[in-house]
Amino acid sequence: MKAYISIFRLRVAVQLQYRAAAAAALFTQFFFGFVIIMVYHAFYASSSQVQPMSLQQAVAYAWLGQATFRMQPWNGDQEVMAMIRSGNVAYEMCRPLNLYFLWYSRLVSLRLVPTMMTGIPMFIVVLFLPTGFKAALPVSAAAGGAWFLSIFMALLLGCAISNLITISSMWTIAGDGMQRIFPAVIMVLSGLIVPLAFFPDRLQQLLRFLPFSGLVDIPFRFYLGMIPASDIFSLGLLQLFWTGVFVIIGIRLVSMGMKRVVVQGG
Amino acid sequence: MSQIVVEDLKKSFKVARRQSGLLNSFKGFIKREYETIQALKGISFELEQGDLTGYIGPNGAGKSTTVKILSGILVPDSGKCEILGRTPWRQRKEHVRHIGVVFGQRTQLWWDVPVIDSFDLLKDIYRIPQQSYTRMKDELVDVLSLQTLLEMPVRQLSLGQKMRCELAASLLHQPPILFLDEPTIGLDAVSKIAVRDFIRKINRERKVTVILTTHDMDDIEALCSRIMVIGKGTILFDGNISQLRNAVIPERIVKIDFLEEPRKLDYSVARLTGQSENHAEFRFNPLKISANELIRTISANNQIKDFIVENPPIEEIVAKMYHGFKL
Repeated sequence: MKAYISIFRLRVAVQLQYRAAAAAALFTQFFFGFVIIMVYHAFYASSSQVQPMSLQQAVAYAWLGQATFRMQPWNGDQEVMAMIRSGNVAYEMCRPLNLYFLWYSRLVSLRLVPTMMTGIPMFIVVLFLPTGFKAALPVSAAAGGAWFLSIFMALLLGCAISNLITISSMWTIAGDGMQRIFPAVIMVLSGLIVPLAFFPDRLQQLLRFLPFSGLVDIPFRFYLGMIPASDIFSLGLLQLFWTGVFVIIGIRLVSMGMKRVVVQGG
Repeated sequence: MSQIVVEDLKKSFKVARRQSGLLNSFKGFIKREYETIQALKGISFELEQGDLTGYIGPNGAGKSTTVKILSGILVPDSGKCEILGRTPWRQRKEHVRHIGVVFGQRTQLWWDVPVIDSFDLLKDIYRIPQQSYTRMKDELVDVLSLQTLLEMPVRQLSLGQKMRCELAASLLHQPPILFLDEPTIGLDAVSKIAVRDFIRKINRERKVTVILTTHDMDDIEALCSRIMVIGKGTILFDGNISQLRNAVIPERIVKIDFLEEPRKLDYSVARLTGQSENHAEFRFNPLKISANELIRTISANNQIKDFIVENPPIEEIVAKMYHGFKL
């Protein structure tokens, strides 16, 4: 366990070097946050129907989405994938470690640090924006607590998904295909693009049980108070369940992959 | 009991075949043709503790494949391999605790952090107790002169500096066995000598069993008490260096610079293999005539400015060996 924590800590130290990337991401996320919110304004102004969430909630949802944007499973661990491609993975296999958890602990730092570096400063700023653009604090302390737990589990879930993308490059040569297809689908199904509340009712019921709502929709609705904080037990369990499923699949794939591995070159 | 026992190890790879050209690419898209390449056709050997064995052979002979199987990375098709009583690919995690590995063409250090951070990480990975870690690290830093390198990010090190750090990294957990896959590749003369001295030292003082693959015959001559030559997946030769030379090419090469154009260059005891202006190369059999005797004979007719005696290159020995084995 200590080894994995050390790997995590060293990766955190490395990630903290990338200040320019954090600044660039901050700019991008503000830009897209404003674009999305303006679309919501137009959408709410042009419709007289009762919407599943208020405009204020939708605005906060959008900012939460941007603040946790870099936490999502957009891709695999590029360095590990390059190692698998080049054969440098040979060294990783010479360590008395479980490759799955080695890569997993790297991923947690890879997702956590950039999110903290852009997400936190960004969210503090948006709390003070003018009305119509500002995000509110969680509706209650309990909602805040439930959100915190839930977003942490979303991180673990996202890393389990990212790790599957990483592992897929043990089979594909380039690994890009997986990185294009999966994130696009996952992000729609998670509610990052459009909150799941706006989806058709029948589809919503299905999506709530799929793993992807656990990345975005579940934690965000805790924050907005759309689901009671006490639901953290059942919904948190759902997040953990899917995390477990992906982890087990990943571990199996790694051990299968290691049996057929051909270390390229040299 | 032997530390390393390998019996009839076999490994094949499936390689996709495709002829060049767009049309063939389309054919390959629909129906792919595979070819099975026998990387190892059943190799066997045993190594004792403290052996320093050179494992040589041309590119694609199966050297790296063997090392990768021994270090638990590849799973062979069949055969037995026991290292310290363990089967590498079955008990990988326990096995790799007791070996050190250096792949000359790859790096185990994290390229974007200082060397010392990689070392500290290895300490946690191998669960090395603080005390023995500090002792071993200090010793390695001292012997390999890493003092000034420890704080530098790996990406800024030269190849020679990096290789010294790699060697240190592979030994922090004090493994009784060390696999070195081309550790001197691309190094300059000074670094090569530093690496060789170090390998010799840990082998003598710590009784570390070393398997060394290389293309550099000087590595072999400087270090190895035993040589195994592998070619096309089989072990062609297993013995010491003079046995190898005598078995394949017992000749030496002498290269001579003359003060003026040489007059007489045909001798019965040596074969002229090259000549240009004031320079000539001979091959001779040291069992028939000593180098000293030969130089004296040549200098009787000619004014010698300088000369050098060397062994035929490894490529030649291996190539000759292949020819002999009709591979």
